[in-house]
Amino acid sequence: MNIDFQHKQSAHCESGVTSSLLKYHGVDLSEAMVFGIGSGLFFAYLPFVKVNYLPLTTFRYTPGYVFKSATKRLGIKVRSLRYRYPSKAMADIDTIIERGSPVGLQVGVYWLPYFPPSYRFHFNAHNIVVYGKENGEYLISDPVMETPVRCSYDDLMRVRFAKGPLAPKGRMYYIEKIPERIEFNKAIRKGIKVTVKNMLSIPFPMVGVKGIRYLARHMKKWPDKLGSKKALLYLGQVIRMQEEIGTGGAGFRFMFSSFLQEASGFLNLKSMSGLSEDMTIVGDKWREFALASARSCKNNEVSPELYGKLAGILTECSNMEENIFKELKKILF
Amino acid sequence: MKKNEVPQDKSKMMSECRELCYAVDESGNYTTVRSTGWKAKQIVNAQAWELIEEKANDVKKKVLRGELSPIAYYMARHQMDLKLLSDYAGFSKRKIKKHLNPECFDKLDDSILEHYAKVFSLTVDELKEVR
Repeated sequence: MNIDFQHKQSAHCESGVTSSLLKYHGVDLSEAMVFGIGSGLFFAYLPFVKVNYLPLTTFRYTPGYVFKSATKRLGIKVRSLRYRYPSKAMADIDTIIERGSPVGLQVGVYWLPYFPPSYRFHFNAHNIVVYGKENGEYLISDPVMETPVRCSYDDLMRVRFAKGPLAPKGRMYYIEKIPERIEFNKAIRKGIKVTVKNMLSIPFPMVGVKGIRYLARHMKKWPDKLGSKKALLYLGQVIRMQEEIGTGGAGFRFMFSSFLQEASGFLNLKSMSGLSEDMTIVGDKWREFALASARSCKNNEVSPELYGKLAGILTECSNMEENIFKELKKILF
Repeated sequence: MKKNEVPQDKSKMMSECRELCYAVDESGNYTTVRSTGWKAKQIVNAQAWELIEEKANDVKKKVLRGELSPIAYYMARHQMDLKLLSDYAGFSKRKIKKHLNPECFDKLDDSILEHYAKVFSLTVDELKEVR
């Protein structure tokens, strides 16, 4: 029971899985388009939530959000299930594949056997596609890998029931029905509208462009408040969340730019591709911030001046993004 | 980021696996390019592993001195705190705390140790030993 599934590497796991599943069912949308329609861009700095004793910075919404919103906006019927019993969760993969549909799974990466060892942290919001079974092994398309991989029954069960924050609880999802006509333009507009709302107008100081500024203000105080060792760890954690865990900061900006570029073609709005260029510049700024921060971690450099400078880059990112989203709002709504 | 600016920093620590990056080509259009790695990421990744190693080695010394049971060592090795180990092993945090005491650990039944061994992918004999 194998499905003729085309593996495609992507930059971000969830938008990649969604795009591949859609493609299998005959809807050809790039990863960037899925990311934009599913409003994948987000920011929140939540110092009271700790991951490994360090404050949480997140560049994405809850796991499953992109798949759910993108398919909903495209009018596609999907099913998403969580399980209490692992054996049932495993048996259901076989049933759905038997019916000819590949399935998406949320998994933890810590026990994932084929995953690069240096990325094995207790991170539970990774996404993969299972599209078949051969000699007792599952055939897997993992969007961050270059080629398809395989995984044994026991290993797959283990990663589906990984424990800790955002535990997947066996979450499995698949596409049930594609409508006869898809209104792409409407979906694109809705995706942008929600992204703009998430980044500009959630009335909470730690979220969206305000959240980026909030992090910048906090960061300035780290050297004095935390001492040099802890300040370096806090900074390293931000960069790791930004660049490593699910692509994050700069990578997401570039993907969003790519989306704006493609979407401007769909909507026939030239002004939007100008905003795509602006967003590319913001992405480069985020990269500058990551590189400067990583250097300070490497050289154990901690000073209020340096952290002030890093915070300055962040504030710039936030101001530029605010303008872009305001502009998008003006053009579209 | 332009196509030719996509970082290609190779490092031994990171695996052979290349990553996909979005970048702009010569005519200003978005495309994807594979990257072999980026030093900014490598630095912070190494920082995280150093911290894990440091913690595990600290605990290891305490286990060898007889201050903590081997469970404490494997817990640190696997980047777990009490809550996470409790979720995996199915014992309460309070119970696990007791099991971290070497005297209590020595008296534990193999049936209990098996739970821990399974979580850490070890045999019971391996679990009892820290080298």
